[in-house]
Amino acid sequence: MNYWQIFLAFFIPGIVGYGGGPASIPLVENEVVGRFHWMSVQDFSEMLAMANALPGPIATKMAGFIGFQQGGVLGTVVGVFATVAPSLILMIVLLSVLNKFKDSPKVKTMTALIRPTIAILLGGMAYSFFHTSYVDVGIWQTILLVAGSFILLEKVKLNPAIVIVFALVYGGVFLGS
Amino acid sequence: MKQWHIFLAFFKVGMLGYGGGPSSIPLVKKEVVETYKWLDDEEFANILALGNSLPGPIATKMAGYIGYRVSGIIGMVNAVLATIIPTIVIMIFLLTFLASMSEQPWVKGMTQAVVPVVGVMLAVLTYDFLKKAKGGLGWTLTIALAVISGLLIEIAGLHPGILIGLLLVYALVKPIKSKEQSDEKGRGKMTS
Repeated sequence: MNYWQIFLAFFIPGIVGYGGGPASIPLVENEVVGRFHWMSVQDFSEMLAMANALPGPIATKMAGFIGFQQGGVLGTVVGVFATVAPSLILMIVLLSVLNKFKDSPKVKTMTALIRPTIAILLGGMAYSFFHTSYVDVGIWQTILLVAGSFILLEKVKLNPAIVIVFALVYGGVFLGS
Repeated sequence: MKQWHIFLAFFKVGMLGYGGGPSSIPLVKKEVVETYKWLDDEEFANILALGNSLPGPIATKMAGYIGYRVSGIIGMVNAVLATIIPTIVIMIFLLTFLASMSEQPWVKGMTQAVVPVVGVMLAVLTYDFLKKAKGGLGWTLTIALAVISGLLIEIAGLHPGILIGLLLVYALVKPIKSKEQSDEKGRGKMTS
């Protein structure tokens, strides 16, 4: 039964996750934190930070890791399969047919229409991360970390992996008391 | 030898593709078009366009399809595994290590400091999605859809997958407007 849940938890984000990896992050969170309660918001953000700091596609890293936590190596296989297989099979089977429609207004409308929904999902997650941080380390540390990382990411255009490493060092030295 | 090349090509893409799927696209192109010449530019562009219009992660869709094109089912499995296995192994190893130390105060401090940083990354992504949506739909429709999505998901507790599914079906069955007909004319010219 657990493997079936792992499959479901990643099949749904894989099949409705239009717009690449980031679009599937809130969908995975919805399944893993909201529905199956496998992780807390804190655990999820920790995993997401680690996943962001490592190379490679984000969706399969999350599926592989959460699958491993819930069901060992077989859980990893199930999670990754559920993420990768449906859309890949669709791609191979439909390539010749859909190729004709790649500029079709319908396909373009599909992508455009779901963007505000994805934005709301991401925004909701950002909010819950800020809230968790406010509860754990207080308002001033949260503001400092938010402002600092925003400047480093968006103004200095530092690689996110490096910003994550800075935050880890800062937390280890100043918050670990 | 071919399987080894497929593995090498996508292993490199997986290990160097920082910043998620989209950042690996130029790396895939370099390997399959320039280094190994499995596809030409136009074929690659077609695969990318189709890959973008289907759901699911882009990196594995491209790896799987190109692996399949180059050497069938085995090529497909090989390419997908080469893309994803190395980083999953690293991630499981690092996070398991971190979890075993989770009672140490410095580890707690580290994990707490990372939460707001990821919050910022998500907030920036939120803004990107809204900006892109505005480009395609205009502000009125973007805000209306965002507010309605927010109410349905956060207040009414609707599963986001259902909402996205409904929007996709609506886009498919919606009657085509005159503005889109002119788009079709433009497309006819391009393909002829």
